Amino acid sequence: MNTFGYKMSAPRSINMDTADLSVAHRILDLEPTFRLCISCGGCTSTCTAGNFTEFNIREINLLLRRGQLDTLEKALENCMFCGKCYLACPHGVNTRNVILLMKEQLQEWKQSKTTTL
Amino acid sequence: MNYFDIFVIPFYIGTIFLFSVLIIKFLQWFIQIPKSGKKLIWKNIFSTKTLKSSRECFSECLLHLRIFRKNLRLGYMHTSIAFGWFMLIVVGKFQSTAATGEWIEPLHLAIFLKYFPVGESFRYAYLFGFLMDFFLLLVLSGLLVAIAKRIRPKVTGMKRPTKHTAFDKVALVSLWAIFPLRLLAESFTSGLNHNGHFLTGTLGKFFDLFLPLDLLQYPTWWAYSLALGVFFCVMPFSRYMHIFTEIELVFLRNWGLKTEDQLGGFANFELHACSRCGMCIDVCQLSTAAKINDVQSVYFLRGERHHTLSRKLTNNCLMCGRCEEVCPVRIKTNQHRLLTRTSPFETEGHRYDYLQPPQAPPKGEVCDSTTEQEHSVTTAFASHPPFRGGLGGLSYFAGCMTHLTPSIKTSMIKIFEKAGIPYTFIDEQDGVCCGRPMMLSGAKEAAQKMIAFNQKVIEESQAQLLVTSCPICYKFFKENYQLDIPVMHHTEYINMLIQEKKIKLHKTAEKYIYHDPCELGRLSGVYEEPRTILKKTGILVSIPDEREDAFCCGGSLANTEINYAERGNIVREAIQALCAADPDYLVTACPLCKKTFNKENVIPVKDIAEVVAGRL
Repeated sequence: MNTFGYKMSAPRSINMDTADLSVAHRILDLEPTFRLCISCGGCTSTCTAGNFTEFNIREINLLLRRGQLDTLEKALENCMFCGKCYLACPHGVNTRNVILLMKEQLQEWKQSKTTTL
Repeated sequence: MNYFDIFVIPFYIGTIFLFSVLIIKFLQWFIQIPKSGKKLIWKNIFSTKTLKSSRECFSECLLHLRIFRKNLRLGYMHTSIAFGWFMLIVVGKFQSTAATGEWIEPLHLAIFLKYFPVGESFRYAYLFGFLMDFFLLLVLSGLLVAIAKRIRPKVTGMKRPTKHTAFDKVALVSLWAIFPLRLLAESFTSGLNHNGHFLTGTLGKFFDLFLPLDLLQYPTWWAYSLALGVFFCVMPFSRYMHIFTEIELVFLRNWGLKTEDQLGGFANFELHACSRCGMCIDVCQLSTAAKINDVQSVYFLRGERHHTLSRKLTNNCLMCGRCEEVCPVRIKTNQHRLLTRTSPFETEGHRYDYLQPPQAPPKGEVCDSTTEQEHSVTTAFASHPPFRGGLGGLSYFAGCMTHLTPSIKTSMIKIFEKAGIPYTFIDEQDGVCCGRPMMLSGAKEAAQKMIAFNQKVIEESQAQLLVTSCPICYKFFKENYQLDIPVMHHTEYINMLIQEKKIKLHKTAEKYIYHDPCELGRLSGVYEEPRTILKKTGILVSIPDEREDAFCCGGSLANTEINYAERGNIVREAIQALCAADPDYLVTACPLCKKTFNKENVIPVKDIAEVVAGRL
């Protein structure tokens, strides 16, 4: 029996083989500037909603790309859409459209999930 | 005498169809107007507003003076066709009455009089003949300009005319056919009868030399009647619906109606009053700078009217208001865009738990206390730091964008302190967005949460006066918040301080160009105060495109569709225009404009508060 290596906590594991990346791909196609994100965190540091909550735009990028869509949807509920992140972004990512698209696409994703069930 | 011929039937079919559709549509829209709107109509119908409306109908629906002021050749085109055609009908009616001696006579007689043997011996026959020829010539000259405009838009000083749908083109051709056919029909008849005036008479004699007029005359009258019939039938469904709708719109608007929080009713009158003249295209910076030519107001309103709106059409707009300013019909397109935007932010869920005020929820808000306790969220309100400074006087709200351009808020603090004004900085830490950016995305309910929060903060600060540095917040505080205290933008406040001699400025020889922020200028009407201040601190230079015609900086939060490069083009176009006056500083009064201009880094950009703080 293999007794070395790291222990994986099941609830925290992210299996990229089974992750649903369809939403991520669609959003990256619809808003190509999102590919320019270098995860510098400028957006997060200026975020109005981030002052009060755990809301973290840099993190939602990760959540999306890992297919953690339920967590992503919860996180997005905090955004006030004020646009500071867009002005802070050094790479000109259209963050507001990214948020808008995420919300739209997640709604569609949820609908398709309920219809297939 | 028999004044009837079978060729008038297409004309009658068209007329009856047109007016039936018009009556049905107008009644439908009128019923949709809410009770409060109808009350306004009854209140104002017997007032000078009705007289004013009649005058406006004459000057705008017929003479098109607003277009004349913007563009002479385009104005001539619209006036000659509209006024000329109107006069042809009016003079034609008087002419037929003079000829038959009857006031009540078949409708077609005024239109087709020349065909019928009425003779030339009635009163003022010469004058009537002259006038009819003159107005026909006027219409034809306008038609020539219209045709030239289609071939080469630059002839009329337009860069991009509207791209019409196939159906609108059919309507256009039938309209264009009416007047040359009338000219030919009248000329042929005049040639046969050896009468007519300077236009129809001369042409008639000319045609008589080489054409078999007796053969051509009857089919030409048929063609004329058919063209009228076809045009009247397609009119209510084409852009020419504006001809009759604009009249109702002028009256309803002057009686106090406007598109507020719902479409339908008055909004329908606005929608159908758009003639798709295309004047909004040439002023739209998305068109001039970003080369996006299919989302302008004319296309948006067409999409809204024919239910073919797309995400791009509704969302790709800066909402800068330049198109509203140039619109000859004065349609408030921004409000239509706002109402047609559907935001995913409006979905249900525990949104903004952190914004819930800890006390009783504000009016109209449903708040379940048990769920509130279950979620035990630390609300922003509970964690809101104590206010600095004394309460009950001036409350200063910097706004999100001002926090991104901190030199503006430090300048404001310097000004307050220099003037010895006690102030409460209500969003120094943990400020919440005013809600307008959310509202601009179409999410009214979500924005309401932010409104409720900030309203509470303003109340808690016991403000007597609210000053903000952000024109976006300013407009929203004034129009969407229920505040019973005055709200001032910092330009208005600084100007007041100068007038009250609370601060004194040193004048220098620096040259400033002032950029009117859309939200402060066009959308809130503050033009004078910033200029008065700048004249006291230096030399204010100007460019032709300012005040109502000012450019948008390109940073607008209303547009989520355009990309970085397109936005950059808009910013550069605005900077280029502003720098034409060769200023030392580009001064603006909006943190968002400042931030946007600064990205291009062409000329030093300052907010008016910084200029003032530097001259104290």
